[in-house]
Amino acid sequence: MLNLVSPRSPTGPSPRSYRNDQGRIEIDNVGIVFDGDRGVHTAVESTSITIEPGQFVCILGPSGCGKSTLLNSVAGYVAPTTGEIRVDGEPVRGPGPDRGMVFQQYSLFPWMTVRENVAFGPRISRRGAPTPEAIADTFIEMVGLTRFAKRYPRELSGGMQQRVGIARALANYPRVLLMDEPFGALDSQTRAMMSENLLKIWAEFGITVLFVTHDIDEAIFLGDRVLVMSASPGRVIADIKIDLPRPRDSDLTVDEGFIRYKRLFHAQIRQESLKAFEQQNR
Amino acid sequence: MNLAERAIEPAPPPAAQAEAAPLAPAGPPARHPPREQPAPKPWLQRNLPQVRALALAVLSLLLFAALWHVLTENRVSFHVRFINVPSPKQVLEKAEAAFKSAAFFEHARISCRRIGLGFIIAAVIAIPAGLLMGRYRLVRELVAPIVEVIRPIPAIAWVPMSIMLWPSNEESIVFITFLGSFFPILLNTIAGMSAVDPVLVRAAQSLGASERQIFRKVYFPACLPSIFTGLAIGMGVAWVSLIAAEMISGQFGIGYFTWEAYSLVQYADIALGMITIGVLGLLSSLLIRLLGSLLMPWRS
Repeated sequence: MLNLVSPRSPTGPSPRSYRNDQGRIEIDNVGIVFDGDRGVHTAVESTSITIEPGQFVCILGPSGCGKSTLLNSVAGYVAPTTGEIRVDGEPVRGPGPDRGMVFQQYSLFPWMTVRENVAFGPRISRRGAPTPEAIADTFIEMVGLTRFAKRYPRELSGGMQQRVGIARALANYPRVLLMDEPFGALDSQTRAMMSENLLKIWAEFGITVLFVTHDIDEAIFLGDRVLVMSASPGRVIADIKIDLPRPRDSDLTVDEGFIRYKRLFHAQIRQESLKAFEQQNR
Repeated sequence: MNLAERAIEPAPPPAAQAEAAPLAPAGPPARHPPREQPAPKPWLQRNLPQVRALALAVLSLLLFAALWHVLTENRVSFHVRFINVPSPKQVLEKAEAAFKSAAFFEHARISCRRIGLGFIIAAVIAIPAGLLMGRYRLVRELVAPIVEVIRPIPAIAWVPMSIMLWPSNEESIVFITFLGSFFPILLNTIAGMSAVDPVLVRAAQSLGASERQIFRKVYFPACLPSIFTGLAIGMGVAWVSLIAAEMISGQFGIGYFTWEAYSLVQYADIALGMITIGVLGLLSSLLIRLLGSLLMPWRS
């Protein structure tokens, strides 16, 4: 049923480019403490999580719970205070092309066209088969933006810019895809379509995805597994497997099973939000 | 149907619409029932805003010249004295004579050369210095104190020192011009560096870019708009410094021409010199703007 990358060129991206045994993330006793001007702040309390290759894992929590900090430490932007993060056994020492990143804010280079943006990674890594532009074109086609390849980012809508951001991250053939509330700035219709589209790309590539969100529906809809985080100090309070059939489409959101998960998360998030709210008011 | 295609947002971006619009009447009505195509608007109607702006510009310049004419022909003296001020007609006559002489063009040419040299040397030093100062704290903390001490000294104040420093008069004038444009370019480049969106740097890092590649492919293009602001300001200050330097010390240049005209009681030449300086300044800033739009196609 999937006709995602329609006429696929033999050199284009394919599931074979990704090995299914790649992309294991081990978060091993990771604690993150910021020593700022206003005192010591524990952003993430000692946490251990293992994410299997090819899994789609959502980190769900209220704002300020440290979920983005945890993601940023996997990306290599934030060094854990304690513990270690490993991707396929290799310790994370800083940002690198093996971990593709999609940001909440639009992060395309404004001075590059869509094609130049997506070709950025292949060009840097000199993965020249056949050319960085050819790799870029295949990924641009995959997100359905071929017509816009020569446009500059500011000529695109927010949703289109984020699709280019996903194509840019994938064009580097990373082991894992890290997404920090990537659809947070989009309207709800666009969000729903982006989620569906992301799942298709994920099904095609079988890449490990770590997806941070504060949106319960989004987490259930996308994830194989949802980690619920609570605020101050940030810690994982629940690790819930989402047992809903795939492929998933928007009809799922009115499914009884979906609603059951929604109730469960609502109760948990509500408790946590209340706690955070009370702490702020103290 | 291609599923990826379906995911395209329902609303095309404004730019796409804008581009499609002028093409629409020309294209064949493929799927829609034929409907009456609106006749293309006449040229004047489409370009009305530009035509209007041009007409008003010409009008305002004519009004200025008319006022000048009235004040000088009637030798108005009402605290401000127009008694010795040349009239537009006198200046035009002088200009006609000057355009036939090689000396006038030589003055203009020498001024342009001094501007070109001083400004280009300033840009070549100030832009890399600003990029490095913006990126590396050590460089910034080492160089900033010198900059802060020297910057408030107007380029004109350097004239005596410059004459002592440089073996030739020509070099000292170029040096003054260089000093005038150096600091605006440097400071705007530093400001541009501090305004680079950190998420772009993080994106480049996660795509595998090295420090050097990030400098070249992220910091530099991200700074270009600020650099061009600095270049535009620097060009203005370069002219101010050059003309002052030429008036104080020199035997050539359009600033010297203007000052000499005063000494020789050639009042019409004063106005001619001033207008020439104005036109050259305008042309040089247009040149910078043109260069900017060529180097930054994503901004237009």
